[in-house]
Amino acid sequence: MSVFDQDTRIVDVSTLVRLYRGMVRIRRAEERILELLLQNRLSSTMCHVSIGQEAVAVGVCDVLRPEDYVTSTHRGHGHFLARGGAMSALMAELMGRETGACRGRGSSMHLVDASIGHLGSNAIVGGHIPIATGAALWSSLTGQSRVAVSFFGDGATTEGIFHEAVNFAAVRGLPVVFVIENNHYAMSLPWERATAQPSVARKAEGYGIIGVDVDGQDVLAVREAADQAVSRARRGEGPTLLGVETYRFLGHSRGDPSTYRDREEEQRWHARDPLLLEKIRLSAAGVAGDVTESLEREIEAEIVAAMEFAEAGPIASVDEVFSDIYATPLGGDQ
Amino acid sequence: MATVTLAKAVTMGLRAAMEADPKVLVMGEDVGKLGGVFRVTDGLQKDFGEDRVIDTPLAESGIIGTAIGLALRGYRPVCEIQFDGFVYPAFDQIVSQLAKMRARALGKVSLPVVVRIPVGGGIGAVEHHSESNEAYFAHTAGLRVVACSNPVDAYFMTQQAIASDDPVILYEPKRRYWEKADLDESLTLEQAAPLHSARVLRSGTDATVIAYGPMVKTAMEAATAAAEEGKELEVIDLRSLSPLDTGTLEASARKTGRVVVVHEAPGFLGMGSELAARITETCFFSLEAPVLRVTGFDTPYPPSRLEEEYLPDLDRLLDAVDRSLAY
Repeated sequence: MSVFDQDTRIVDVSTLVRLYRGMVRIRRAEERILELLLQNRLSSTMCHVSIGQEAVAVGVCDVLRPEDYVTSTHRGHGHFLARGGAMSALMAELMGRETGACRGRGSSMHLVDASIGHLGSNAIVGGHIPIATGAALWSSLTGQSRVAVSFFGDGATTEGIFHEAVNFAAVRGLPVVFVIENNHYAMSLPWERATAQPSVARKAEGYGIIGVDVDGQDVLAVREAADQAVSRARRGEGPTLLGVETYRFLGHSRGDPSTYRDREEEQRWHARDPLLLEKIRLSAAGVAGDVTESLEREIEAEIVAAMEFAEAGPIASVDEVFSDIYATPLGGDQ
Repeated sequence: MATVTLAKAVTMGLRAAMEADPKVLVMGEDVGKLGGVFRVTDGLQKDFGEDRVIDTPLAESGIIGTAIGLALRGYRPVCEIQFDGFVYPAFDQIVSQLAKMRARALGKVSLPVVVRIPVGGGIGAVEHHSESNEAYFAHTAGLRVVACSNPVDAYFMTQQAIASDDPVILYEPKRRYWEKADLDESLTLEQAAPLHSARVLRSGTDATVIAYGPMVKTAMEAATAAAEEGKELEVIDLRSLSPLDTGTLEASARKTGRVVVVHEAPGFLGMGSELAARITETCFFSLEAPVLRVTGFDTPYPPSRLEEEYLPDLDRLLDAVDRSLAY
């Protein structure tokens, strides 16, 4: 029996390797970030990793063009890296350095990098969804074919702002893809206690748009669904709700022992580790082990270099906090 | 008598209120099985069931709106907002509905809803997880706004807030959640200080320091340090941000003639602004110096590496005291 729902898709080997590489890059970076967190070397005590969910960021971002936009979540390291963010900018940001993506101000949960079309991640659950709708409205009003993608979790779908953002995009037929990264727990609340309609495809019907339920552990399945959704958006055929079923392998954050989850359930999902599945697929495609080994070495070198870069950077200065609040500083007393 | 943390004291207060009145229920994100991110509701769902400790979907606006509906039918919901910054999605329901419904209904309905908010910085978190947004709510007529600073007050103020027939925003100083004190559970609510009273924590003659929530400890430490230099500070724990216990504040201002207000929130239109205006209006001829404010910066909450600079500390507070004394 195959581990894939659909394993007959024909893609070239270089795509398979690229996708695998993208996921390994996120996994290894976040493993290192967790170590740094435990060593108190990050600027914040707060950090949410996406280990287990890498296929979503990688599969979706693989079909985007440089001119497209993404908005992201508090669990957004993967989106940042998959979108083309520099490992060094991420590490420096997490360590609170001037050389970070947000000059050390954003930390883990508030990454922004307009230069790669990343319009920002956000700690207010769902807060960034309408921002993607807005970027898509701009694209539509100006007759461009640039697509906006918003990544958010299952928990965000129960916030009112989800409805507002999706409805507006639907009624205007905007080029936006809403990616519900459904890891099945809004921190502790299971998906079945959060919604009476677990199918995102069915939810989409209510908005009059296309919705697709996707296996989020299979990076190729994610990529294919995203490719169709992004292509529809680019052709002016409106938004898509992409319900990507995945799993957060670790707790919500450092202080979360996941007592609300069943260990057997965790094991079932671990058996469908997206890296593992893709590695099996690579092997089946005849990609030799030394290819994946050398890819691991390259990524390790990239991470080490990024950490050295980060640690060499100056810590953000207190004067920084007064700058950039207004286009023209107000002057007067602070 | 038991030694308890501030977080545990809130839990005990919730438990006591739930035992005393079956109409009291707790609702919020992750409050049930997980017991809340700060474990303040730990064990309550196990003991009171899923219908009295309700795990809600992520929907702050919906949580408050639903609580209003429950309150209109006689329940006393206690809503947990997970972090200070997460209250903004609920802002509309709190300000437009919760605060105004009694007045709109000509007093014919009561809204006994408590909104608990862990507030402030100092835990190495970031924007949205470290903010002090009390001024927004204190500015809104129809709400009562209180802030506890220690375990004993946390225990009683939680119960008093629940007993109030008006909506109460209860701020809990998250970086003081793990501070301990002795709590005598045999004391009754009637023996506790009224919810809307300020408390003189330390008597002094040279200057008054008004603090609330997380800053009370800092103010007390400043008073100890000042005393070593021969300056006697009077420290007031404001406790109630709206309404204000003006009697206690004015008596102290008249006695010392010098007042410094300290809070984590930005200074511009913060609680300090209102306190300075009030005290100046009523105690003008007793004042030896303008009322001074020591506050967070008028900026978004800074990255955690810089929060020590942002948060008022002993030095900034003592500097303001010295400036006041120099007038």
